[in-house]
Parts: sequence; C-alpha cells; structure tokens
Amino acid sequence: MNIYAVRAMYAFEMARTARTLMQSIVAPVISTSLYFIVFGSAIGSRMPTVGGVSYGAFIVPGLIMLSLLTQSISNASFGIYFPKFTGTIYELLSAPVSTLEIVVSYVGAAATKSIILGLIILATATLFVPLRVDHPLWMLAFLFLTAVTFSLVGFIIGIWANGFEKLQVVPLVIVTPLTFLGGSFYSIGMLPPFWRTVALFNPVVYLISGFRWSFYGVAEVGVGISLIVTLAFFLVSLIIVGWIFKTGYRLKT
Amino acid sequence: MRVHGQSETDGMTYSYMQTILKIDNLSKVYASGFQALKSVNLDIHKGEIFALLGPNGAGKTTLISIVCGIANASTGSVMVDGYDIRRNYRAARSLIGLVPQELTTDAFASVWATVSFSRGLFNKPPDPDHIEKVLKSLSLWDKRRNKVITLSGGMKRRLLIAKALAHEPRILFLDEPTAGVDVDLRRDMWKLVRGLRESGVTVILTTHYINEAEEMADRIGVMRAGELILVKDKVELMQDLGKKRLSLLLQDPLRQIPKELSMYPLELSPDGSELTYTYDTQAERMSIVGFINRLGDMGIEVRDLRTTQSSLEDIFVNLVKE
Ligand SMILES: Nc1ncnc2c1ncn2[C@@H]1O[C@H](COP(=O)(O)OP(=O)(O)OP(=O)(O)O)[C@@H](O)[C@H]1O
Ligand SMILES: [Mg+2]
Repeated sequence: MNIYAVRAMYAFEMARTARTLMQSIVAPVISTSLYFIVFGSAIGSRMPTVGGVSYGAFIVPGLIMLSLLTQSISNASFGIYFPKFTGTIYELLSAPVSTLEIVVSYVGAAATKSIILGLIILATATLFVPLRVDHPLWMLAFLFLTAVTFSLVGFIIGIWANGFEKLQVVPLVIVTPLTFLGGSFYSIGMLPPFWRTVALFNPVVYLISGFRWSFYGVAEVGVGISLIVTLAFFLVSLIIVGWIFKTGYRLKT
Repeated sequence: MRVHGQSETDGMTYSYMQTILKIDNLSKVYASGFQALKSVNLDIHKGEIFALLGPNGAGKTTLISIVCGIANASTGSVMVDGYDIRRNYRAARSLIGLVPQELTTDAFASVWATVSFSRGLFNKPPDPDHIEKVLKSLSLWDKRRNKVITLSGGMKRRLLIAKALAHEPRILFLDEPTAGVDVDLRRDMWKLVRGLRESGVTVILTTHYINEAEEMADRIGVMRAGELILVKDKVELMQDLGKKRLSLLLQDPLRQIPKELSMYPLELSPDGSELTYTYDTQAERMSIVGFINRLGDMGIEVRDLRTTQSSLEDIFVNLVKE
C-alpha cells in the first residue's frame, strides 16, 4: 500500500468535505430533525408502540439508515464523478496508485463522512426521543459496513454516470424508494402478507432490521441474515469496482 | 537498459544517448472506431528535450495519454526506463510528470494544498521545501494561499506545471505548456525547462509555436494523422532551415544548365526561364559572388532576382500537408 498516496487522496477528499460543511452535515441534520418533528412527535404521539418501542424511538435507526444510504451514495458518487467532470481525474490515472488505493481513499473518505453524519443524527435524535442502544458494537459495525458498502455503490454510480442526471437518477429512483419501503418508518410486520413477502426482496429491509436490532434487540429478520445480506452487498460492490478498474471502464479512453 | 545512481559527472555525457522511453508499434483505436495512432515507434533519449509537433488532431495528446496511463493502447508497448507501463505501472509512472493540455484544476483548494496533494499522490513524503522551491520557480509563491479558482489562465497553466514537478519526476511531459502564456512568462518557462534538463530531467513537449521547438528542442518529431513522420536532430533540421534559395529570372531561357556552371548547386525550371541556386547561409557567401560574376562572363542576362529562406515553419507545413 502506497501510504502517502492513500493519505493524500483521503485528506484531500476530507478537506473537500470540510469546505462544504454546510451542505454535507448541516442540511441532513436539519432534514432529519424535521422528520422527527413530523413523524416522531406529531404523528408518533398518536401511534402505539412498535414491538415495545415508542414510535419516535423506533424510527431513529431507520432515519439514520436513510441518511447513511443516501449520503454515502451521493458523497462517493460526487467524489469520483467530479474529477471526471472537471478533468482532474487525469492526475489520478497517471499516478502510481493501484485500484485498491484509489477505492480505499475515495470510498473511505465518503464513508467517514457519512458515519460522522450518522453519529450526528444519532446525537440529534437524543434531543427528541429517549434512546437506548443495546448492542453498541453491533450498531457501529452496521453503521460502518453500510456506510462503506453504499459508498462503494456511490463510487460505481459516479464512474458509470456521464452526466449529472445519471448521478441523481439512481439515488432518486432506486435507493430512496427502497429505503422508504425498507421499513424506515414502520415494521414490515405491519404490511399485508403479500407486501411483506415483496419487502423481503428489498435488501434495505435487512440493513435497517439489523441496525434496529442493535438498538432495541428486536428485529424483523434474524440479525445473522441481516449481516450476511449486508456483507453480500459489500462483496458484490467490491467486485464491480475491481472490474471497473481492471478494464478502465468509463475511466480510460 | 537501466543505470541507477549515476554520478553527476558521468551522467550528462554517458547517459545522453541512453533510451529512457521506448515506444514500440503503438496504435490506438478509440471506441468510436477512429484510429488516432498508427504504429508509432519512438525512442526518447535520457536528458533530452524532445519537441513533438503536428497539426490539431495529429495524435500528440493521445500518444502522451497512453504513456502516462490515461488512455489504453490498442496494440504496442511502452517502456519507461526499462519498466513496462502496464506490468510495472508503479515504477513507470513514478518517473513521469504530466502537464495536460487542458487547464484542469481543482477550483476551491489552495495552490499550496493542490501542489502538496500531487506530491502525496505520487507517494512521496511531504517536503515543504521542495514545494516552496517549485512554487518560487514558477512565480506562484505569492499565490500559495489563494484558491485555484482565483488564478488567471496563465497562472493555472503554471500551477499545472508545479503539480507535475511536485514529485520530482525524471521525465516531464508538457502538452502545449505555453498556450495562452504571455511572452515574458514563455521565456521564463523556457528557462525553467532548460534548468530541468540541466538537472537531468527528460522533457517531451508539444507546441504549435514552431519557434519554441526551434528554441528549445534537441530533437524534433513531427506527427501527422496518427503517424510519426519524422524524427530528427534539431541541428540537422536547422541545416535544412538554414538553406537559402536565390532565384534568377533569365532574360533568355536556357535549354539546360551550362557545363561551365556544373560546380554550382543549380536547378533549372522546366521552361528554362528560372535558375535556382540553393546555398547554405553560414558558408559559401563568396561563391555566390563568383557565380554571379560567372553568369556575367557567360553573357547570361538576369532580368530579376529574389531570395527565399525556408523556415522550420515552411518545412513543417510542407511535411504535414496532404
Ligand atoms: N476520446 C476520444 N474518442 C474518440 N476520438 C478521439 C478521442 N480523443 C481524441 N480523439 C481523436 O483522436 C485524434 C487525435 O487527437 P489528439 O488529441 O491526440 O490530437 P493532438 O495532436 O493532441 O491535437 P491538438 O494539437 O489539437 O491538441 C483526433 O482526431 C481526435 O478527434
Ligand atoms: Mg493535443
């Protein structure tokens, strides 16, 4: 591993984050707070508990996941799309760095940013609802794994995209619906049987379920399955990224 | 062949003809099906300044992009100081610095940060002294805290050079380094490039300013439509350049060049009305006088005369047309 190179790329990406602190941290915190006010307080006060957890507390892991997914994807996709768009990618391609080093740095920076964000949202949530975290290490593990996996997905999107529309389209058309339908705001047990079966094909269900389990010890699906699905997601993304660099797909002419 | 750790003294002379970059049979077909390079062969000597000339679209940037790892070759191989650019890409790329043709820079980072980043990217430990030296040599020191976006076009061009020099490359590619750079700075840049050469850096540059190639290069390569059509020592080329032609319009056409004039480098136009004497600017002044006297003696009357001089630009234009 070219340690100086990885450090330089990572630090440069993090500096970019610092420069855009407003949009990258403050905006999601505001929107999450709005969710709490609307769903948690306004609606939640009229809702029964879900699996013994108050509705406001129940949606916290889902909300964090929602932000984690969308932010990981947008951070990472912009992070690599932007150099392609401005042309500064030439430097990356001409540098003596390996695929792995580029991925570690860019995906690492994007994931770092969304993990920080997730923790900030978690902290924000404590202002609104009483929270408890039964399995903090598992919570961090799911946070980490999800952030890294979806940063990889974002990285792939950023490389695949050849315009800003494409950059928006995957998060908008696929990820956001999957997250909303993945049980961020409800337990899939509340769904009619048919839709419950459909929901089980949504990988985000497993991420949210596992993550929620680490908070309250209750899960829609076994935590082991959640972990396996998350890891599988991670590996598939990793393989695609490896293939992209091997072939120079959309990076080299 | 590779020789590492040469001393300063034997370096300059001994290494001069050593090949540091070897391009064999390089072809490039873009995804569109367009063939941008057609079997290019080129050896770059260690420590030389090589100017790559050619009209727009000749394939100069494509060639450079392949060597630097930005584009994939379709066929052929490139060796950088003995390292294959694909198999040993780390070693090969570490030696190379690239200043791209397009002004592509980060916008919001500071000059200092972006140049330091380039050094790190090539896996060199931080060295503020070196960055300082580079920025000063490119008159960017005063701008080190500025955001890149606040720089002028010429400053951005110099910033790209600073970035390329940040990791102390042994081979520097300059793809039109002086496009959009004012006259003073252009001269500064020439000085900088010569300084680099002095320190043993091999420089490959492209330019559309023929006088720049004339000024700087040790050797000149000319590309046309994806082919490298000429590679020549500049001095040799300058000898062609130094040729002057004296054209004499004759009162009475000649059938052929008279025997008495056979010792002179003469050419007769097909209609016999124009006699052209080609000579070297450096020498042979005297023989022109002799030649003209001779004409007078022979009773050949001259109606008019003109001299023309072929410049590198003429040679270049002739080479690349059609
Ligand atoms: N990505 C690409 N896809 C398809 N064709 C390309 C691509 N890049 C370059 N070309 C074509 O390849 C040819 C060579 O381009 P190149 O940029 O190497 O020329 P050049 O000699 O650098 O020209 P200039 O002096 O204008 O910079 C041109 O005809 C160009 O249109
Ligand atoms: Mg070019």
